[in-house]
Amino acid sequence: MGMLQRYLTGLAVDGLVSTAGQFDASLHFDLGFAQVEAAILELGLCPARYQRNRQTISSSGQLTLLRSCAVVIGCGGLGGYLVEELARLGVGRIVAVDPDLFEEHNLNRQLLCTLANLGESKVSAAARRVAEINPAVKLVPRRCAFGAANGRELLAGATVAVDALDNLATRRELAELCRELGIALVHGAIAGWYGQVATQLPGEDISAFLCGAGSGIKGVETGLGNPSFTPALVASLQAAEACKVMLALGEPVSGRLLTVNLLDMEFEAISLGGEPGPCHEE
Amino acid sequence: MQVTVKLFASFRTGRTPIELCDFPAGTTVAEVVARQGIPEADLGIMLVNHRHVKLERVLADGDILALFPLLGGG
Repeated sequence: MGMLQRYLTGLAVDGLVSTAGQFDASLHFDLGFAQVEAAILELGLCPARYQRNRQTISSSGQLTLLRSCAVVIGCGGLGGYLVEELARLGVGRIVAVDPDLFEEHNLNRQLLCTLANLGESKVSAAARRVAEINPAVKLVPRRCAFGAANGRELLAGATVAVDALDNLATRRELAELCRELGIALVHGAIAGWYGQVATQLPGEDISAFLCGAGSGIKGVETGLGNPSFTPALVASLQAAEACKVMLALGEPVSGRLLTVNLLDMEFEAISLGGEPGPCHEE
Repeated sequence: MQVTVKLFASFRTGRTPIELCDFPAGTTVAEVVARQGIPEADLGIMLVNHRHVKLERVLADGDILALFPLLGGG
């Protein structure tokens, strides 16, 4: 056992290493906070911040999350909650992609939007928020729109991609690129009281769920808007899916679309199958 | 012929969520959508008997048609 390992073992109380102790070890051994976190988890110990994850996420699972990279495309309604939840979960690297600045009409639902940061870029607010929550997590802010030209570069190294976009055309591009690169994708979309979630594992194709009868890039959200609770719920479902994908646990919503109706409080899973979706006719 | 039409999410507003309807033979999904007053641009997933279909699909007696709106927000 090395000096760092002896130091950490000495700090542990009931298998837990406090955040203060983790900072001390980081300074003492001139290591990054995340490197110390990896050493704690490799010893089968647990950073105290994750103690309530225990039994749901083991130390080895926590280490897998620390070594994972989630690319969150879109940092608005869904993306703000996703960044928050993935950072608290302990995903080591989160790439946040969004070209926009916070505006007043974001205040009704976007977790990271405050009166104080109106006019600030969404991804820089995300980076600051994550630094406040979990110093083991590196948030990489990318202030740009996802597209065919930069998609490969933005997705490089991704363990999982998470769709928090606000239009269907870019969603279809993202899903196609994820299929090409063999990267798991967790799709989510919202409108009013309603939402949907689907996970596209490598080798699968969810494009039929991303197409309308027309070729529109917007859905009924243009009329319905988006209240506070729908993005919070759908992003949480997506975060759970992303967690399962990263840890290879449970049953993702794969080959199915989970539809959410909060007005009638109905959840319905629709299976893929049948004739190809309308987009295939384009 | 009789077809059960099931509407989901925002399509239920001002319409009957589930209804057994009489249609002439040869009626397509597009015709049912038009009768419901649903703009095609709002239309997302269309299922007949739990299988994906296109607008041109001709319905049969006893079919269950389910219509979901297109969701694109984030």
